[in-house]
Amino acid sequence: MSADAGSRFVIDDPSALVSALLDDGWRVLGPRLRDDAIVYDEITGPGDLPRGLIDDQEGGHYRLRAGREASWFDYVVGPQSWKKWLFPARQKLWSAEKTGDGFDINPAADDWPKTVFFGVRACEIAAIEVQDRVFDNGDFADPGYRQRRAATLIVAVQCARSAATCFCASMNTGPHADSGFDIALTELADEAAFLVECGSARGAAILDRLEMRVPEEGHLRAAEAASKNAADSQTRRMVDDIPNLLREKLDHPHWEVVADACLSCANCTLVCPTCFCSDVEDVNDLTGDHTERWRTWDSCFTADFSYVHGGSVRRSTKSRYRQWLTHKLSTWHDQFGSSGCVGCGRCIAWCPVGIDITAEAAAFATDPEQSGD
Amino acid sequence: MLVVQDQEPDPMLPRRYRVRSTWAELAGVTSVELTPVDGAAVAFRPGQFNMLYAFGVGEIAISISGDPAEPQRLIHTTRSVGAVSAALTKLCEGDMLGVRGPFGSAWPVAAETGRHIVFVAGGLGLAPLRPAIYHVLEHRERYAGMTLVYGARSPDELLYAEEIKTWKSRFDTEIEVTVDHANPAWTGRVGVVTSCLDRALAGIDPAMVSAFLCGPEIMMRFSVMSLADAGVPPDRVWISMERNMKCAIGFCGHCQFGPDFVCRDGPVFRHDHVAPLLSMKEI
Repeated sequence: MSADAGSRFVIDDPSALVSALLDDGWRVLGPRLRDDAIVYDEITGPGDLPRGLIDDQEGGHYRLRAGREASWFDYVVGPQSWKKWLFPARQKLWSAEKTGDGFDINPAADDWPKTVFFGVRACEIAAIEVQDRVFDNGDFADPGYRQRRAATLIVAVQCARSAATCFCASMNTGPHADSGFDIALTELADEAAFLVECGSARGAAILDRLEMRVPEEGHLRAAEAASKNAADSQTRRMVDDIPNLLREKLDHPHWEVVADACLSCANCTLVCPTCFCSDVEDVNDLTGDHTERWRTWDSCFTADFSYVHGGSVRRSTKSRYRQWLTHKLSTWHDQFGSSGCVGCGRCIAWCPVGIDITAEAAAFATDPEQSGD
Repeated sequence: MLVVQDQEPDPMLPRRYRVRSTWAELAGVTSVELTPVDGAAVAFRPGQFNMLYAFGVGEIAISISGDPAEPQRLIHTTRSVGAVSAALTKLCEGDMLGVRGPFGSAWPVAAETGRHIVFVAGGLGLAPLRPAIYHVLEHRERYAGMTLVYGARSPDELLYAEEIKTWKSRFDTEIEVTVDHANPAWTGRVGVVTSCLDRALAGIDPAMVSAFLCGPEIMMRFSVMSLADAGVPPDRVWISMERNMKCAIGFCGHCQFGPDFVCRDGPVFRHDHVAPLLSMKEI
């Protein structure tokens, strides 16, 4: 049976797909169970995929527990995102060696084998596409990022449920991914089967190696129902027109309220799949003859972030939270033509004090009497 | 003939330059002239900046302070305030350093042809304005007038003082220099830039003025008010802003000012574009 972009099939489970990818020499990165959380790491065989788990998420809360026995993808997003692979938290940019009359600069080798992201959710595809625009901004492009991105195959998983922290439906980024993948899988729990969508020629070349069946009407209906269930079960949503709203609310007294709770710990920016701020640091050896330039993740919640000679521009937690929220939800549109938020809910779950971005945004939308304008 | 180099494939990778000469400007302030080791000189526009890298120390954003008509003489003026800037002020002839750039927006010297250009500078803010001043002086006949209002804390803090005298000696420029605190040898004006600016604007048709400002934000804020009071159109005032910069290419996020990246959308902004946020704290 020959696949091409747009064609759909049915398979029993994803094992054969994982094996086919590994046999074909792909590095497969996917969900693994570590430290009681779902993280994204290397998969050496289908047996590495966590099974039978479901996540409970709320503000400041993430717990995995036993779910439907042998289910594959009932959990949703954990603390990590694919950002850690495409835009590593710590990355060598170049090194320099002292010479007799100066120094030589050597670009860092970017060793990125052909790689599959296995189990990418719709919100995460949206997040990757957001960072695509960040790291190729029209004037400048990050060649390392683009190279990694181009050599990466995306196997999506269509969510069949949502966590309480999910709000992708209101961000128009999910729960069903319509594009941006090479292959997409929908787990059909009642049918003990997976619907396979082929998204590209690269995906087709892989799928052609698998034993697949033609989907029956029931399979298609079940897949649709799964996506609908995920959307319908979302309890949080982003308020309408938030980009324009925040533009007018920079003086609103609610910033003080949220700053009282915020620890300025930067967790939200680290778990966010789109936050892209970085720092550079120079690392020297003891001889002083060899030096390296490293790029590391940074956060607008740190004091150093806005430091200029004389002091930091944003000294208060209020100003840092305001920068983060207005950037994420408002000025991101001016910069990159989309929201910086994809509705994954990570910043809610991994905030130590459970600050909820949807609730904070809503606070600016309601009670105009409180406006400080 | 100047060869304009294509953008480096990796914009985070510095090119190597060598120090052709270096000279002290003020206490703790040094200028360096650089010449490329890798490739040809790169054209720049007045107001743009480079990321200068001192081996083993780090990299900072420094405005280009030389003449855009002579890009082969790449000049930067640096005050020693931190580890990198201290290293940059200690460079000697023949030393090597890394350069990325030029980056950022420019003073609109070409678009403002025919107008009376008023430069307002405070302290080291004269350095990013000097390339535009050179341009206007070299093409003085294209402009209705040229005024420089420059203020420093003390006579010892006046940057490019000898050069200012030569600008002043021309009959087609108006140069006003003031200091906050005089010393016994000082015979010039004492007071803040804005008082000097008000006087300088008195004899000029405000509708003809295009103003370029660079200095401490508080100086620029009050100068903008003076310009507005004098009747200078709000869409004819530009300022140069300073924020923390790590990448200069819009990737690192540090320099954001509302929707703008100061490195890409600035450092030169038309004032009315950034005015609403400038009046707010901690943006």
